[in-house]
Amino acid sequence: MIALALRNLWRNQRRSATTLLAMMIGMLSILLFGGYSRTVYYGLETDFVGRSGHLQLQRKDYFWFGSGDPQGYSLQNYTELVTEIQQDPVLAPLLRVVTPVLQFGGIAGNFDAGLSKLVIVQGVDVEGQNQLRQWNDYQLAITPELLSIDPAAPDQAEIGIGVARMLQLCTQLALKDCPQAEAGSAAIDAGTLSADITALAATTAQQSSQTSRDQTGARLELLAASTGGAPNVSRLQINRAVTTGAKELDEVYLAMQLKQAQTLLYGEAGQRVTALQIQLQHSADLELARTRLQHLIDSRWQQQPLEVHDFQTLNPAFGQITGMFSAIFGFITILISAIVLFTVGNTMSMAVLERTVEIGTLRTLGLRRSGIRRLFVSEGLLLGLTGAVLGTLLALLLASLINQAGFAWLPPGSSNPVPITIRLWGEHQMLLSISLTVVLVATLSAWWPARRAAQQDVVDALRYV
Amino acid sequence: MSLAQLQHLSKTYALGQLRVQALTDVSLQLQPACFTVLSGPSGSGKTTLLNLIAGIDRPDQGDVRIAGQSLQQLSDNALTDFRARHIGYIFQNFNLLPVLSAFENVEYPLRLNRTPAAQRRKKVQELLDAVGLADKSNHRPNQLSGGQRQRVAIARALVHQPLLVLADEPTANLDSQTGAQIILLMRELQRQQKTAFVFSSHDPQVIASADHLVLLKDGHLQSPQPLQEAV
Repeated sequence: MIALALRNLWRNQRRSATTLLAMMIGMLSILLFGGYSRTVYYGLETDFVGRSGHLQLQRKDYFWFGSGDPQGYSLQNYTELVTEIQQDPVLAPLLRVVTPVLQFGGIAGNFDAGLSKLVIVQGVDVEGQNQLRQWNDYQLAITPELLSIDPAAPDQAEIGIGVARMLQLCTQLALKDCPQAEAGSAAIDAGTLSADITALAATTAQQSSQTSRDQTGARLELLAASTGGAPNVSRLQINRAVTTGAKELDEVYLAMQLKQAQTLLYGEAGQRVTALQIQLQHSADLELARTRLQHLIDSRWQQQPLEVHDFQTLNPAFGQITGMFSAIFGFITILISAIVLFTVGNTMSMAVLERTVEIGTLRTLGLRRSGIRRLFVSEGLLLGLTGAVLGTLLALLLASLINQAGFAWLPPGSSNPVPITIRLWGEHQMLLSISLTVVLVATLSAWWPARRAAQQDVVDALRYV
Repeated sequence: MSLAQLQHLSKTYALGQLRVQALTDVSLQLQPACFTVLSGPSGSGKTTLLNLIAGIDRPDQGDVRIAGQSLQQLSDNALTDFRARHIGYIFQNFNLLPVLSAFENVEYPLRLNRTPAAQRRKKVQELLDAVGLADKSNHRPNQLSGGQRQRVAIARALVHQPLLVLADEPTANLDSQTGAQIILLMRELQRQQKTAFVFSSHDPQVIASADHLVLLKDGHLQSPQPLQEAV
């Protein structure tokens, strides 16, 4: 049956080739977009997991209210929690990094220039954070941007390029393409600070200048509300200004040593953080790890209310962007499937019409109606299979060429160009599902003409001219 | 005992708004291992009667019984299977499958009957030998002459050793010399295989070779005539 179907397809080579070409172009479109979407998914996931880990253990409701009250929603005894997580028999083999983070809002001031800026501070363990940033489970062609802070230098920090620009630290940080604000207009923020806070910052600057007078480069004062609401200031040496990929973040980003941040917020005895960032070896283990953490929260960590969130909850943009790509991908797939449906359907209808007498002959010789149906459906199936295989090969070839061409684009909301890469090789599930869809659609589109062929009256078919 | 009994067969076709009475109350018995010719002018109902005997059409009234089996009582699938096992059919236009070689065309009925491959090969070779086309077994129909195609069709009709071979004007598309050769060949194979042949034809050569002649006119069976007179 299959051999006969194959020969029948070969019989009208031009028509079969045209149908195959339509299917191949359809497959190509779906797969190239699918491959690109996959790159975007993996890129986003790598970015978000590299910044925040797969899971975060936080004090209950920190996610909703913690940014306004980092003291009230902080984790106590976090080092014990870290040890327990790292030594847990279920979690240990899944883990890559467990690192604490203390996030809070503050005012960064370049009081020499009379400037200040609201910032979001990340107090981090530099080594843990750098390890976190090197996660690249999908082996993307990216170089992770590591923190420049020396773990041995407690007052070192880095800021977003926007913070540097607004605090007029571009010259000290040797930043290029850094516009300078006109005199007078940039000092408005500083002017809004009350005199006592300005005096506190100035005192801190004076005190620390003695210990760091041999140090050069950019410096700023970080002002934050300590426990109980009293203001506290930390003087930081800025190593460099970085771009996070989003202008909005560049204008608020400040990373500093965890210990220094804890001292600023909680004093010398402060041993609190706002979250534990937990990074796994593989994203596939996320549900298992989350279930285990929830079990530990419910059974062993009852002395403080805790909850666990995954990176998708922590970064709603991930779901929004991947959702958008999925919707476009689905739309393209439906569109192409409809084209395949009508192309194969038309080809098979023509074949049924042209081979009417042959259908009568086969029925006369003793082929059942179901046999006629199978014959034409087999032809649709073969067309689908051939189209899927050739389409996949063509897509792999084209994807490889595009990947090597080095095209790049600037995504919305990003300050860095992103290379255009089509990730198809190794994406077995996507290749298989799209191929099966095309084969299924081709087979289904042959079904109706095949049914019509099988229902023909034998005598009428033999008389057909 | 007769091979086939045709009992009170009537068949009407709709031709647009018109209804054409193709056969009216035709009753006939076909003998085994006989060469029977259905003859008559165009539109007399020869092909309709042949189609009813072949089981590719059903009568409005009456019944066809072949080897005791009523075709009326068979479902569509059972009737199709019956054709595959017991009926051979030779078409006026040969109706070979263009994508299959001569060998594969002859083999096709055996495949439908699920005959084992070795047995299929042996039978097909024998039949192609018998019709003189052993050297053309790999040729496609478009590489064969009209006479050769009809030989392949004859081999295909006989390969599964049917009870009955039906031929619808098998010489109509052949020149007279080739037609005569084909008739001789069929006659010879019919004798060898002891199969009953039923032709529809108004070719005098075919009629002359018949054991039995059945004359049809306007869908009615004519009273039997002496063969010489009919010729």
